Amino acid sequence: MKTLRLDRTTTLNIAAAVAVVVALYLALVQAPAPANVDTEAQSYAQRIIYFHVPHAWVGFLAFLVTFLGSVLYLWKGERRWDILASSSVVVGIAFMTATIITGSIWAKPAWNTWWTWDPRLTTSTVTWLIYVSYLMLRSALDDPARRARFAAVYGVVGFVSVPITFFAIRWWRTIHPVLFDTSNMGLSPNMRFPFFFSLGAFTLLYFVILIQRVRVERLADEVERLKAATLASRRW
Amino acid sequence: MAAIEIRNLTKSFGSLLALRDVDLTVTEGEFLTLVGPNGAGKTTLIRIVATLSRPTSGEVWVDGWNLTDGAAEVRQCIGFISHQPLLYGDLTAEENLRFYSRMYGVPDPANRIEEVLEQVGLLARRRDAVRTFSRGMQQRLSIARAILHRPAVMLLDEPYTGLDQQAAAMLDEVMRAVGTASLTVLMTTHDLHRGLVMSDRVAVLSAGRLVYQALRADLDEASFRQVYREIVAV
Amino acid sequence: MSFLRQIAAIIRKDIIAELRTKEMFSSMFVFALLAVVVFNFAFELRVADAATIAPGVLWVSVTFAGMLGLNRSFVLEKDRGCLDGLLLAPVDRSAIYFGKMLGNFLFITVVEAIILPIFSALFNVNLIQTWILVVLLLGTLGFSGVGTLFSAMAVHTRAREVLLPVLLFPVAVPALIAAVKLTAGLLDGQTVADMANWMQLLVAFDVILIAVSYMTFDYVVED
Repeated sequence: MKTLRLDRTTTLNIAAAVAVVVALYLALVQAPAPANVDTEAQSYAQRIIYFHVPHAWVGFLAFLVTFLGSVLYLWKGERRWDILASSSVVVGIAFMTATIITGSIWAKPAWNTWWTWDPRLTTSTVTWLIYVSYLMLRSALDDPARRARFAAVYGVVGFVSVPITFFAIRWWRTIHPVLFDTSNMGLSPNMRFPFFFSLGAFTLLYFVILIQRVRVERLADEVERLKAATLASRRW
Repeated sequence: MAAIEIRNLTKSFGSLLALRDVDLTVTEGEFLTLVGPNGAGKTTLIRIVATLSRPTSGEVWVDGWNLTDGAAEVRQCIGFISHQPLLYGDLTAEENLRFYSRMYGVPDPANRIEEVLEQVGLLARRRDAVRTFSRGMQQRLSIARAILHRPAVMLLDEPYTGLDQQAAAMLDEVMRAVGTASLTVLMTTHDLHRGLVMSDRVAVLSAGRLVYQALRADLDEASFRQVYREIVAV
Repeated sequence: MSFLRQIAAIIRKDIIAELRTKEMFSSMFVFALLAVVVFNFAFELRVADAATIAPGVLWVSVTFAGMLGLNRSFVLEKDRGCLDGLLLAPVDRSAIYFGKMLGNFLFITVVEAIILPIFSALFNVNLIQTWILVVLLLGTLGFSGVGTLFSAMAVHTRAREVLLPVLLFPVAVPALIAAVKLTAGLLDGQTVADMANWMQLLVAFDVILIAVSYMTFDYVVED
């Protein structure tokens, strides 16, 4: 019978799991139904806001972490910043994909279309593409030092272009609910708690996955190191 | 004063250690040949001295200039030749040299270009595109490129690769004509014979470590081959 | 000023090489022409007024053709180890960046200059207006700026022709949007003053992205 490995991060993992489950409950069961919608489908669809928006925020957080990791790598040249940057990208892409998919699911009952080229959605898609390209760049390079350096450069340039992209796309017509224009964020007071709880839960989830990914990368590096050392000492 | 001074040079590519704590000095006017098997780190070392690669740790001085803060000055006083000619195939010999003369700020470029072309025996082909040159000719033009700005130090990374006997002999001739006798030269090669012919001193690099040094005057080819075989067989 | 002299030397060298083979130029030109013709057929049946899609088609053709040039530019340096030759010289790495970037910019604009009249004729729109040309130049400048950096990276990979578009397009999106919007607006008869925010965006893109590219170029070319 396999025993469960317990270490420092286990508490965090459990906390994240619990938080997500609670967030699910709050969002799907406890939160009140929206007042200003027409159909029942729209009423259910509105609950996606508790996932869609937090995922978008976490996605951007992930890319911010990648940006910082990239800058630090270029500055210091230490592998751990490269590990941080690349690990964060993968998690970020996962959250961004979820954002785009949940956005699409919400869009159908709300605006009767699966997709629309409106600012936030388009910016998210372009950002998603930038980070997928980041991974493609990494996979195209064999030399580890060069891979880390080039990826870091792309991480910096890509991130810098995102705000510009956002403004470019925003100046188009928009049908996306703009959350920051109204004072109460389009959410009634009762909705605020589930929303922020969900945000916190998914941010925690992000950190948990990020930590595990960074670990895997470090272990892989260690394996490489041991392999090189063993081969060198053999001298065949 | 040492023309090239290398202290505690280490270079790693990820977990692979290409150079381990190398100490090497080349005095002014000396011709040092660095030999070693493939993968020993010869190219890595010479590329670092040529400022094309950065050391992981250690210090390198060329003609009194430190690589880290005096990189531009170092570049002005070195000429680099590798198995690649570093020439633009679509440009003529003359155009290539004119380009490099601008990059190095060579005074009186027209005359200098003619001078070096004469020295490497390519004056007649000055208006031909490098694309049409044979491998040997490209290598000779590469020497012209390398000496254009009158560097004090020459770095040669396996310059004989891909050259047949005749071309290699011609290369030797050109190097003599160019006056490598008065310049400081660091050359890497795995051709032991060639390594001994022109050098004042030889050193052996194996698995990233400098394992042997000797004056050419104290060696004959046979004994050196024996020593070399023993070193790299370990 | 040796910095400027070196940039000029690099541009000059690229021009001489290109004049001799005309490889980059011909492939860019033919590609742009093909794109224009293909788009013409592709959209003709659905769009009543060709002028509506003209800006979009123009910019798509220009960007794809431009990428061919960007790629080629660094492939030439990789050949025979010439990039080492550049790095060995006592030249600031940013001089290499600006030299290649301005060379690329020049080549793409030459192709545009020839394509524009042909395009205007095929789509029956007058693109030879001052402000449209300004927009064309600004868009090409930003595109060359980031494109030079990315092609310097892509040239080290096996799939370089595929990787450059993958890296470049998502980042160049804002410039593309602004350029198309401005071109379309100008064709419609709007003035630049009406579209000041788009112009500002395009200029901001150029300034910011060229600055970031120039600052990170060192890391891409040095080992």
